[in-house]
Amino acid sequence: MRVSVTKRALIPLAAAAMATALAGCGSQISDPASANSTASSGSSCVDTSGSSVKVGFINSLSGTMAISENTVFDSLSLAAEEINAAGGVMGKQLQVISEDGASEPTKFAERAGKLIQQDCTAAVFGGWTSSSRKAMLPVFEANDALLFYPVQYEGLEASKNIFYTGATTNQQIIPALDYLAEQGTKSIFLVGSDYVFPRTANKIIQAYAKAHGMEVLGEEYAPLGSTEFSTIVNKVRDSKADAVFNTLNGDSNVAFFRQYKSVGLTAASMPVVSVSIAEEEVPGVGLENVEGQLTAWDYYQTLDTPANKKFVAAFKAKFGADRVTSDPMEAAYTSLFLWKAMVEKAGSFEVDKVQAAAGGVTFEAPEGTVTVDGENNHITKTPRIGKINSEGLIETVWSSPKAVEPDPFLASYDWAKDLAK
Amino acid sequence: MELLIGQMFAGLSLGSVLLLAALGLSLTFGQMGVINMAHGEFMMAGAYTAFVVQRSISDAGISLLVSIPVGFLVGGLLGLALEAVLLRRMYHRPLDTLLVTFGVALILQQAARDIFGAPSVDVRAPAWLQGNVELLGAPIPLTRLFILLLSLVCLAGLVAVLKGTPLGRRIRAVVLNRDLAETSGISTRRTDQLTFFIGSGLAGVAGVAVTLIGSTGPYLGTNYIVDAFLVVVAGGVGQIKGAVIAAFALGVLQSVFEFSTTASIGKVLILVLIVVFLQLRPQGIFSLKTRSLA
Repeated sequence: MRVSVTKRALIPLAAAAMATALAGCGSQISDPASANSTASSGSSCVDTSGSSVKVGFINSLSGTMAISENTVFDSLSLAAEEINAAGGVMGKQLQVISEDGASEPTKFAERAGKLIQQDCTAAVFGGWTSSSRKAMLPVFEANDALLFYPVQYEGLEASKNIFYTGATTNQQIIPALDYLAEQGTKSIFLVGSDYVFPRTANKIIQAYAKAHGMEVLGEEYAPLGSTEFSTIVNKVRDSKADAVFNTLNGDSNVAFFRQYKSVGLTAASMPVVSVSIAEEEVPGVGLENVEGQLTAWDYYQTLDTPANKKFVAAFKAKFGADRVTSDPMEAAYTSLFLWKAMVEKAGSFEVDKVQAAAGGVTFEAPEGTVTVDGENNHITKTPRIGKINSEGLIETVWSSPKAVEPDPFLASYDWAKDLAK
Repeated sequence: MELLIGQMFAGLSLGSVLLLAALGLSLTFGQMGVINMAHGEFMMAGAYTAFVVQRSISDAGISLLVSIPVGFLVGGLLGLALEAVLLRRMYHRPLDTLLVTFGVALILQQAARDIFGAPSVDVRAPAWLQGNVELLGAPIPLTRLFILLLSLVCLAGLVAVLKGTPLGRRIRAVVLNRDLAETSGISTRRTDQLTFFIGSGLAGVAGVAVTLIGSTGPYLGTNYIVDAFLVVVAGGVGQIKGAVIAAFALGVLQSVFEFSTTASIGKVLILVLIVVFLQLRPQGIFSLKTRSLA
């Protein structure tokens, strides 16, 4: 009797166990809106009377995003160190206050509020996931403070309180499609993780394909963190598409590329263009699985510019010769120098003066000269298609002839008219 | 046709991964009634074992073959430690084992992050497992074939131990009636330890196997734990043959659903199917019939 009772009782328990595990997965994607700051948007408390000025860094130093965001924190630290060594901003040394966003949007909102109200920082740098940015946006708007966000994202946003130094869609995804079209790609297959960025990106790709006579042979999403790609890979192989556009996130890339290769698909037979694999991710995915595949970014460690050589050398000197530099790291490094240039042009640390001075500010970044667009607070960037080489670094195989103006709402593209609505 | 064969194999292959992940669990959960949420982390330990072994034996082929028994040992010893330190104090409190082992799972994840770093590590597949063989035009990945064979070998080994050895007889006796087994001179303590060792060891082997298809990181186990429980519950708690049928049925059905819809919808359909199935047959495919009166 006891045995059967125990066994029967175990079934709902197992269900509870699963619910616990599932709830654990879901907690990353919580609703950020509730974190809106209620503080009055009165005058700022930034203290510029002394010989130093405070700036805030907000990155996930723990949790699932720590792997990526730690690298951004490192390059921000390098930029602050270089600025201080060269005399600071308007003669004032930067005093960095770092907060851990802990991979949770609500935490980002709360810590951003602290950096603005309690620490009285002149500007805040960081954030990675779109959900963390969306959670912080109302906080920065309510307090009329500044956030510099360094990661490529899905576009369709512009706040006067956020400067976006990563690529928007017309500086990464659309150029990648232009490249594929130029190479004679007639049909593509879309593979992505099932969340906001891939779905938005694929909507844009569908619209682009329709307008440019490219055929989309399939659009498949894997649950975040999924490692089972047999069926998706079979569908991709069966479609006989000319190329695959990959918006998978994180570790799913490992499983996807391994299984892709194991059914005999290669970079030569069906190239994959990825938008979230940078130098940092290649070792984890396994070089032998991605060698020869394509990536779309605006910066690679191998870029041959004087500013990049200096950046890479300084980074390796500070953090170790085995470290690599990637697009979001470069965008973060650049963001601190852009803020410095804005402050010096404005002659003031005050937010409204910095905002007014921002348009047209330029910086010789490792990726090339970047210019701030005063209208939408994004920056000009040069899209580049790269190929992963045998050392795990990425070589530029195609580069946009000139820097591309940011167009987060794709207003200048006829075929994208219905997307922004 | 080519696609059909490819998909059939994808289903079998997914089934074999599920079976590997669930085989150990059907011993510890099924036979002993312990809800071990750390089972996935024992798999993760097995996967990192493959990584560590590969660092010292650079030949990927040899290191894979060495990793399998070493992974079994690592998983088994972790299980033994968990059993000796915590679980033996709570055999009659299954809800407590759920919470405690969930805590242990979190500790093991953090330990992996501290030792190996947060980014995933790369475990190379041996050259003789790269590529595929053609079956009527459909490419059958060699890594998948290897995992299918490995799961069948593990299954055969487990069945042989349970049916053919004195240890197996003791395990079955304890499952059927713990008190009667104790009365007839079987040390249930030792039997529990060995059962847990074998069950956890199988998780270690599963961990070594999945390094061939996915990434090796601190969260590896969380990808498999829910599916493993599903297999064990749907198969009928305590029934190895139920777990085998459930694993392959779920694998094939998931491939079919995923192929005709999308990956996310396929997953939803599978869960709905299992819920409906358990409503009709709460005891799973097979149920344990005992004459126990206690």
